[in-house]
Amino acid sequence: MADKSAIRAEAARFRAFFEAQGAQLVDPPILQPAETLLDLYGEDIRARAYVTADPALGEAMLRPDFTVPVVEMHMQGGAEPARYTYEGEIFRKQEEATHRAPEYIQVGFELFDRADPAAADAEVFALIAEALAPLGLRAATGDIGILSAAVSGLSTSEARKRALMRHLWRPRRFRTLLDRFAGRAAQPEGRAELLARSDPMACDAPLVGLRSEAEIAARIAALIEDAKTPPIPEVEVALLDDLLGLRETMSNITEHLRDLAVDMPAISPAVERLAARGRALAARGVDIDGLDFEGSYGRTALEYYDGFVFGFYAEGRPDLPPVATGGRYDALTRVLGRGHEIPAVGGVIRPELVLRLGEGRA
Amino acid sequence: MSVKLGVPSKGRLMEKTFDWFGARGVTLARTGSDREYAGAVEGLDGLELVLLSAGEIPRELAAGRIHLGVTGSDLVREKLGAWEEKVLELEPMGFGHADLIIAVPKAWVDVTTLDDLDAVAAAFRARHGFRLRIATKYHRLVRDYLREHGVADYQLVDSQGATEGTVKNETAEAIADITSTGETLRANHLKILAGGPVHRSQATLFKSRKAAWTDEDRAVLAALKAKLGIEA
Repeated sequence: MADKSAIRAEAARFRAFFEAQGAQLVDPPILQPAETLLDLYGEDIRARAYVTADPALGEAMLRPDFTVPVVEMHMQGGAEPARYTYEGEIFRKQEEATHRAPEYIQVGFELFDRADPAAADAEVFALIAEALAPLGLRAATGDIGILSAAVSGLSTSEARKRALMRHLWRPRRFRTLLDRFAGRAAQPEGRAELLARSDPMACDAPLVGLRSEAEIAARIAALIEDAKTPPIPEVEVALLDDLLGLRETMSNITEHLRDLAVDMPAISPAVERLAARGRALAARGVDIDGLDFEGSYGRTALEYYDGFVFGFYAEGRPDLPPVATGGRYDALTRVLGRGHEIPAVGGVIRPELVLRLGEGRA
Repeated sequence: MSVKLGVPSKGRLMEKTFDWFGARGVTLARTGSDREYAGAVEGLDGLELVLLSAGEIPRELAAGRIHLGVTGSDLVREKLGAWEEKVLELEPMGFGHADLIIAVPKAWVDVTTLDDLDAVAAAFRARHGFRLRIATKYHRLVRDYLREHGVADYQLVDSQGATEGTVKNETAEAIADITSTGETLRANHLKILAGGPVHRSQATLFKSRKAAWTDEDRAVLAALKAKLGIEA
């Protein structure tokens, strides 16, 4: 492993590169309020982040990423458009992959811009690609926006679409729900019995706890409604499967998606956004003939990405995590902005991996 | 050097462990006064008895300070991340059975499965502005289980005792706890979710992968396994 001063020097080199592109240097604190992160990520973040307690701050976490604090800082009155860069340690418990370091340095670039999302996506990707060019990495891209557009276009109830959207980032659970909504899988245990009862609310035990009778009644009403909802047509499920299974180069993907959009008109606006991104990438000199697009890419990444997603990988080194990752996170700015929002996209590089791969080549 | 065997230092778990080894020709006993945590072994040379709290045995195995240990399979999974890299399950011992289960108010007639719990968690969060709380002391086991089953919008709140009471006290909406009979659940108007427990625990003999195993130690282990009828 490279020594820390070499990693810091490498990080400083990337940071200087981003600063030269007009990014302002920011330095968020290492201790972050746990509440914000827990609210965003849920209980899973507890398994991944180091939680500590401060007598005055309350529960705090050693920052598990930079994006959240940078967004919070920007939402409190940053200029528009804004470009930020940062470098420093992030901390993640590696309970299941104990060979990976729990503390490592990241350098990042974040772009907040309303004017032209395609150009912003291309700018972030192209800068990171340029910074990493000497390593000859494979880049993979995806688009969560196309997936969510496809779900919103399904011929089914809003409640079912909401349930699918909520689990877009949990592929197995998504599949279970989709199979059930398409009538291909049985209803969960107990559902039919409950709905067959003359008084579903009847129970021989008193209600304890915070969840009220009205909430139980509302759920039963929703279940009755759901039982009446016709299955999602097979043809739509097949189209969604096609979309999820797509693997193409960026230069060929647009035509494939336009073909799919003939039968799935809901994805058309998202496909045109992807086409515009392809043009913007090409205009920045990115080789889109050699750039992979995967229909399911980004579905197991952090939940806040909701559009363009990308990663850079060392070929032949599946033991290494991606050298760089990033994506668009418009919805995150909405959640953290308390009524304000701004389209935003960013990415991070792990300089230690850059050094390790560089040594291998030297 | 000798092979150190960690055994729970008191109560039924200790007695049952002594019985289990005794029935297989290895006599374990506490020596000295009732309050002194020292032990003796007869029937096998080179095996040393170490009496420890059952809750500390996983940590001692992972640190390699004991070679073998008897403790609940739930405790090993709860206390050790990537437990399979640190210990090996040699033999389930057939006692100390307890299931880790998730329970919700019985009056939640709309909730039978984890699937229902997930849907209720989403609605609960939208309505109350915070995530549905599950009280437990088994954080790792419950979190891994819920993640594997795609349950979202919940939070775990720590409860080291009287966990069944947290729902009535409105400090949690559901609980995850060890239950051997279910009496306490019924008394607190709770029911177990369908679909099997989070984990079926029993007392288990573990081998440390982290301890230093000399050739002599390995010979002692082979002799012990032969006596206990453990293959491979």
